[in-house]
Amino acid sequence: MFEPVSALGHASFDGFASIAEIGPVGMISLRATADVKGLAKAVKVVTGTAVPRLRQIVQAGGRAAGWMSPDEYLLILPYADTAAAMVALDKALAGQHYLAVVVSDARAVFKISGDKADQILAKLSPVDLAKLPIGEIRRTRTAQVAAAFWREEDGFTLVCFRSMADYVMGLLKHSALPGSEF
Amino acid sequence: MSTRLARGGRLIDRSQPYEFSFNGSPMTGFAGDTLASALLANNQMLVGRSFKYHRPRGIVAAGPEEPNALINLGSGARLEPNQRATTTELFDGLQASSQNHWPSLNYDIGVVNNYAARFLPAGFYYKTFIHPRAAWKHVFEPIIRKSAGLGRAPREMDVDRYEQAYAFCDVLVVGGGIAGLQAALLVAQSGATVILLEQTAHWGGRSPVDGDIIDGMPAAVWVNNTVQALEKLHNVTLQLRCTGAGVYDHGYVLADQKIADHTPGDGRPKQRLWRIRAAQIVTATGAIERPLSFAGNDIPGVMLAAAVRDYVVNFAVSPGDRTVVVTNNDDAYRTAIALKQAGLDVPCIIDARAQVTGDLPDRARALGIRVEAGRGIAKVIGSKRVTGVALCVQAGEGAVLEEILCDAVAMSGGWSPVVHLYSHCGGKLIWDTSQAHFRPDAARPPTGVDGRAMVVAVGAANGAMTAQAALTDAANGKAAAKADVVDEAAMEAVWIMPQGAGIKLKSKMWLDYQNDVKVSDVQLAAREGYESVEHTKRYTTLGMATDQGKLSNINGLAILAEALHTEIPQVGTTTFRPPYTPVTLGALAGEARGAIFQPLRRTPMQDWHEAQQAYFEPVGLWRRPYCFPQPGENHEQAVHREVRNTRSALGLLDASTLGKIIVKGPDAGRFLDMLYTGVMSTLPIGKCRYGLMCTENGFLSDDGVVARIDDQTWLCHTTSGGADRIHAHMEDWLQCEWWDWQVYTANITEQLAQVAVVGPNARKLLEKLGGMDVSAVTLPFMTWIDGTLAGFPVRAYRISFSGELSYEIAVPASLGAAFWAACHAAGAEFGAMAYGTEALHIMRAEKGFIMIGDETDGTVIPQDLNLGWAISKKKTDYLGKRGQERSFLASPDRPRLAGFETLDGAVIPDGAYILAAGTNANGQRNTQGRVTSTYYSPTLKRGIAMGLIRGGLDRMGDVVEFNTIAGGVIAAKVVDPVFYDKDGDKQNV
Repeated sequence: MFEPVSALGHASFDGFASIAEIGPVGMISLRATADVKGLAKAVKVVTGTAVPRLRQIVQAGGRAAGWMSPDEYLLILPYADTAAAMVALDKALAGQHYLAVVVSDARAVFKISGDKADQILAKLSPVDLAKLPIGEIRRTRTAQVAAAFWREEDGFTLVCFRSMADYVMGLLKHSALPGSEF
Repeated sequence: MSTRLARGGRLIDRSQPYEFSFNGSPMTGFAGDTLASALLANNQMLVGRSFKYHRPRGIVAAGPEEPNALINLGSGARLEPNQRATTTELFDGLQASSQNHWPSLNYDIGVVNNYAARFLPAGFYYKTFIHPRAAWKHVFEPIIRKSAGLGRAPREMDVDRYEQAYAFCDVLVVGGGIAGLQAALLVAQSGATVILLEQTAHWGGRSPVDGDIIDGMPAAVWVNNTVQALEKLHNVTLQLRCTGAGVYDHGYVLADQKIADHTPGDGRPKQRLWRIRAAQIVTATGAIERPLSFAGNDIPGVMLAAAVRDYVVNFAVSPGDRTVVVTNNDDAYRTAIALKQAGLDVPCIIDARAQVTGDLPDRARALGIRVEAGRGIAKVIGSKRVTGVALCVQAGEGAVLEEILCDAVAMSGGWSPVVHLYSHCGGKLIWDTSQAHFRPDAARPPTGVDGRAMVVAVGAANGAMTAQAALTDAANGKAAAKADVVDEAAMEAVWIMPQGAGIKLKSKMWLDYQNDVKVSDVQLAAREGYESVEHTKRYTTLGMATDQGKLSNINGLAILAEALHTEIPQVGTTTFRPPYTPVTLGALAGEARGAIFQPLRRTPMQDWHEAQQAYFEPVGLWRRPYCFPQPGENHEQAVHREVRNTRSALGLLDASTLGKIIVKGPDAGRFLDMLYTGVMSTLPIGKCRYGLMCTENGFLSDDGVVARIDDQTWLCHTTSGGADRIHAHMEDWLQCEWWDWQVYTANITEQLAQVAVVGPNARKLLEKLGGMDVSAVTLPFMTWIDGTLAGFPVRAYRISFSGELSYEIAVPASLGAAFWAACHAAGAEFGAMAYGTEALHIMRAEKGFIMIGDETDGTVIPQDLNLGWAISKKKTDYLGKRGQERSFLASPDRPRLAGFETLDGAVIPDGAYILAAGTNANGQRNTQGRVTSTYYSPTLKRGIAMGLIRGGLDRMGDVVEFNTIAGGVIAAKVVDPVFYDKDGDKQNV
């Protein structure tokens, strides 16, 4: 069997904050409205968390569930576990109107860490980072492409489309160059 | 002469001397100097030539309003034209040169324009643009381009980097003078988040220079204390060297911060453009002093009074040994006092006002300075430098009473609040008669979403011209700092000096220094009927220079009002537009240059393509291999090899860019039946069907193969460039029109790498990889199955865009590169070769398959392309159906698709028209159609083409002519567009 390869093969860069491409990370895009029967159970079974509320991302033991829109959730789990998770979702939501699809390979994931990690995102995304606490996910853009990120203890995790990973890495490196901290 | 004083200079550090050069001459200055102050310290008053008449120009101001001292800064990859010397901080090794001069600054041939001024009158551009047109191209433009113009565009790529950043706050205060500091402190103490911007490198604005006493201490001390207090507050961000450039809707502000302009090459970004969203904006942008209009007011040595004071107090630079002050207000007396206190000579203060009383004139008189009330300057004496002024009666016509020797003139015509940022978003101004200026009208502010004032002006920017008034205004009802009050008498509006000056004098009174607009020009415009201030601006070019009328605006309006016998408020102002001062293109581009100029999408196999030195072509934001040239091959040879190899052996195509959209739900079938012209709801699970999507108007928009995955799920393939657009199209209909249909979509284009395995050996390769049955029985044409190949989890589609036996294999993107490599390794024995988009295009054209973007251009309907078979006749509706029934789209006269076979085997040029007899009403050759795809077919060894022709396939056998750019024609026979394997024997094996 072949090992799955992330978009940039774990490229990294150390500027005034550290950038590291990680992954591939298991991700399932779950589209369903909050009132769908079995949703809470389905999310719990896959991520071990509650259904995230507006703009929330809830984490539990390396898994997470993020609120993406009024009828979309991002479920994060180990890459190898997505097939089993899909089976569990289909069972929990059987008979309901929903769409679950594995998007692990459609995404690139970056860790941005360091005391000044927020400055890197402030240069690329129109987001008021002072009002982005741990536990919130923000769907936005980095320069010219779509992205989502959330704050963690030591920085941020950022998700973008896989084909844009090289561009996003270029943006993050440019923004992290020593001397450009505020 | 101008020189450095032995003592003083609050901003310079004499212990840190800097070497710099101007026009190649070495000069020295100090840390803390601006380039302008350093030039003056080296007696370099003459810094440029005017735009039109090439008159000598000296430094006039000390801030961003400077119209004359525009220089080329740096060289090579750090050359920046049009930099204002007054806002350029000096650094060691700075290189500057003057611009707009030829052959040299001191001997400028263009000064001949001075004597030819009557050939370049106001409205020259207007008049000659209209007639004679030919003269522009051949006479005026070459001459004007040679003699005029500002700095030269750099030839080398900028080596510096720029960036942008977003910031948010409750209150943004623009301007770090005493009003801005006071406002920021009080707002911050209330708990709001505050960003305070100051365009210079120093806090405090004019107040320390003007000698204000605040809360019993010198202004500089109060400023320092206040800044320290602000620095202690966590809710305050202070930004120096940061100019508020523009105010836009919803509290959006652009601010341009100079980070490393004064430390080039230190590794920091040169500039950062802040994109700030503020709930409330406070403009504390101060005021700009106005010149007075007297003859010769543009001769080097004539400066703004406050600027003279700035140079003396801030930089210990004296613009002249003997400075005459000419004014209509008390403030200019501060300049006379400052000069006198610095040990310099002030031979006379010429005050246009008949009565001169008050604290400041008294202090000047007490210092022994001669004060002439009710007087004006008849004219300035000198050419490249002031040598004296002629005194006259202000109320008269300019009869000279006396000539006063001097080498500098400090003029003050009053102060204009900087209302730019307040006005950018619609804030209205009111005319303040007592101070003769426009100031923000608090009753008509720019408003935010709540209908309330989005921008509030405070301090001098709001017409509060004294220290105490500015502080009180900035405090907005809270307790303000207390400034010592200086009793100042009212200013008196003076628009022409002397009042009764004749045309000769008025022709030497400059309003706009950079663009050479004089009092007489504005009066001429008025006489010629340009009554609107906006028209006058464009007719005379008043205020159109890089300084955007910061000095000339109000003076020009006043002259126009007088000429029109009306009042200034009736004339109004021109529109203030961002940016307040020029923002360099590098800052606007930010990070978007070089490798990250735009996002380039990469497939999982992109590294392999690059390693093979593929030649790429853009497809949307993807870069797809056009062909894979082997050593010694040109692109055409490579493409032909790839076609022949695919048709005879085995071709591999990276088809990962193909759009893939999952559509699922109880209403998904119904939804797809509306989206596609054909029926998708009846497609059996496991099967594929080709579909067409149209716009509401009926025009063909996208095509692709749809696969039925399960009872409620379909996978829609789109074109590579169309994936995002079609996904958005789907969501648009689902969210806006059919919001009650139960359908979800997901764009999974990037989840899957896709490899087209094409050619007679395709099945052999898959069988060798092994793991699933791909036989014609298990996997017939237009079906799909899931399975594994060489251990890879795959979904195999049996579809063909080439007419060959063909599979498309989808694997997770994370395995894409490995699978692609496995295909090449295993396929070597079957002659596997990668092929690119051009081979793909040729092979589909040989089969007569249409290509979105070639056969379609937004005006083509499926029926035009003989695709009626893909349109359901049974369905009551689909997007585009009604449109296609309109008479013009249903007309049998529409050009329709046919194939073309050239008689001599030549290739028809791209874009060629099919000629028809005669000419149209415009004398152009009539046409009956055009080519849409044209290639040399390596398979058939001759030119093949598809095109749209009136009559379509009914014309089979006709010989028609295509035009060529060279002028000849190419004859071709109308044929069936399927050139190759019409019965499909090759793909159905």
